[in-house]
Amino acid sequence: MTQTAAEIATILIWGFAATATLSAVMFGAQRLGYSRLSIPFLIGTMFTGERSGAHALGLVFYLLGGWLFAFIYYFIFASIGRTGWELGLLIGSIHGLVLLVMMLPLLPYVHPRMASEYEGPIRGRRLQPPGFLALNYGYRTPLTTIVAHALYGLILGARLALT
Amino acid sequence: MEVPGDFPDVGDYAVIGNCRTAALVSNRGSVEWMCAPTFSDASIFGAILDRDAGHFSIAPGEDATVSRAYIAATNVLQTAFTTPGGVLRLTDCLVLPDERIPELYPEHELLRRVECASGEVEVEVSFAPRWDYGRRRPRYAKRGALGWQCLDCSFGAILRSEIDLAEDKPRARLAGKVRLKAGEARWLSFAYDEADASVIVPFGEDAGARLQSTVAWWKNWSTRCSYQGPYRDEVLRSALVLKLLNCATSGAVLAAPTTSLPEVSGGPRNWDYRYCWIRDSALVLHAFLRLGYHEEAEGFLEWLLHATRLTWQRFQVMYDLYGEVKLDEKILPFLGGYRGAKPVRIGNAAHDQLQLDIYGELMATVSHYVEAGGTLDTVEAAMLAGVGRHVMKLWRLPDQGIWETRREPRMHTFSKAMCWVALDRLGRLADKFAVPIDRKHVAAECDAIRAEIEDKGYDEALGSYVAYYGGKETDASLLLLARYGYRDPGSPRMAGTWDYIAKTLCDNGLIHRYRDDTGYDGFAEPENAFAPCNFWAAEYLANAGRYDEAQQLFERLCRLANDVGLFAEEIGTRTGKPVGNFPQAFTHVSLISAATALYQRKTA
Repeated sequence: MTQTAAEIATILIWGFAATATLSAVMFGAQRLGYSRLSIPFLIGTMFTGERSGAHALGLVFYLLGGWLFAFIYYFIFASIGRTGWELGLLIGSIHGLVLLVMMLPLLPYVHPRMASEYEGPIRGRRLQPPGFLALNYGYRTPLTTIVAHALYGLILGARLALT
Repeated sequence: MEVPGDFPDVGDYAVIGNCRTAALVSNRGSVEWMCAPTFSDASIFGAILDRDAGHFSIAPGEDATVSRAYIAATNVLQTAFTTPGGVLRLTDCLVLPDERIPELYPEHELLRRVECASGEVEVEVSFAPRWDYGRRRPRYAKRGALGWQCLDCSFGAILRSEIDLAEDKPRARLAGKVRLKAGEARWLSFAYDEADASVIVPFGEDAGARLQSTVAWWKNWSTRCSYQGPYRDEVLRSALVLKLLNCATSGAVLAAPTTSLPEVSGGPRNWDYRYCWIRDSALVLHAFLRLGYHEEAEGFLEWLLHATRLTWQRFQVMYDLYGEVKLDEKILPFLGGYRGAKPVRIGNAAHDQLQLDIYGELMATVSHYVEAGGTLDTVEAAMLAGVGRHVMKLWRLPDQGIWETRREPRMHTFSKAMCWVALDRLGRLADKFAVPIDRKHVAAECDAIRAEIEDKGYDEALGSYVAYYGGKETDASLLLLARYGYRDPGSPRMAGTWDYIAKTLCDNGLIHRYRDDTGYDGFAEPENAFAPCNFWAAEYLANAGRYDEAQQLFERLCRLANDVGLFAEEIGTRTGKPVGNFPQAFTHVSLISAATALYQRKTA
């Protein structure tokens, strides 16, 4: 195996582990009633209005997204010139914050099934928008989201090595 | 906020449901019991147990006379309020959406439509959920055109209303009123999702379609009822209650959707019935088979074999919807109880009692299932063999009996007879399937049980079977000895038992399950007539060939249902009104059983 192939394999393996951890924390927060933010569900409902199908489809996209972000993290580490769990934790936390502050609030404009507070629900657009910091999905949502993403970054920071 | 007025009678409620949770709606238009997300979770509307434990009312602002009915063959309720100004019609349902349409729907939706049918009527709305059995009050956040989000709960709950509502902070409720003219209607929808982002549904045609799909779902289910005998309306209403209590996600059947509605006003016999009793459920399964609902019967049998694996070979008396075995009893001291009947309990301490009759009921039901064309695989046959061996070990022990007495165990005659039924049916099953059991040993044990019952469970002087060995008291469950084939209904011993029961347990034309002045169940307080026993009496009389007596009794009992055909656990001996947890599967299944016995006797 070449060095590049080994590096890609490492990113894929630890990208998967980090995504699984992130998902476990987010899913646990849902089941414990701390938050109702399910990114796989939000992704899946972009493609189908069938609830269980949306969960399954969303999970596939979410896993692929987790791998994609593992590569992005790797390039960020490379551009900084170092790795480490502390750096991963910091980047992960920023990632979670960006998701909450910038990405999720934009969702109503791009999600075909998301309702708007101005127009109300209409046929085909019925999902409640996340609102500021996704607080519509529970007041602990910002906390659980940042913790989950911080863990994602921590795992990648700790396990990815630069050559 | 206190619900205006005092507690309604239990019979003033009607039930609606979606096979995952149920709501009791009073004849004043107020939802006063509903657990969320599902049957066995904490209540969010609990005014039936404490006037400040949550309600959702829609009612005219002036005095009204009320009439109500279910839309035919459905669990969709319509209440008509006739006021001096006009007539207001309220339609309530828990939505069952048309899943063929690939749309997002909330996991649960309580949909309410209020319409002025004539004249002009002011409508008042008060929405006051209380989380965790009334422990916590909610806050509300207005989400623009999406409605009001209820905060501080673990699921996403949203109220939408076509009537303008405002927050009444001191009372932690949303309230509003509107004057409707003839032909005008308004929708209100309380929807919640357990773990995902909330799905918010539109009103207008869309809401009408959801109501229609709910009506169609129930009607479609009702058309599968194969019963064509007399009293079909009563039988179908009972079947609809059973289906409503049949949890769609597990197959389990609840005994009742409520807790702690007292067996006697102000008394201490207040139990949580939101569980699946093996006994009741076996009878429900049998009823489903009789009415042609094989899918429900198979679903329940699967649940039964799955749920009981944790305790196999021993059966627990009851399990929760998903087979959970720890049902520790707790008291909720902050709830005042229905008309002051304290304590309010959740959980049920009877779950770990020894009640030997459940083995017989289960085995009889499996036997009916097989007679109706069902089959058993080798794993199921092995499980039943294990149960049979367990019965052969246990049957000599004293137990708490069918009535879950809270006193020392006794040698209950009915329990012994049901052990006989268990082994008798096991022997019959072994004739058809490869049940790994020693047939001779089973037959010998059957003979031994019967000999002991005839020796110790029958009193020659009284000419009757008795409730427990050596006692002089009787017990209405002994009427079931004929149903289960232990004794021919026309035999002198059964006839004598019926006479003794009629003589000692009948009060004001209604049969009690046992004498309540002897401390039979460990309580000194009197109780009302246990409704299922009265249907058992009708069934016994029909099977004994006393058709006219059976018919008269059955028809009199049917008249004691509430205005929408529902029964509670008991019937007030003096009032004739429903008393106790409501509506009660055990009573409705007994009604079905009695009606089918009458039908069979008539056609025979």
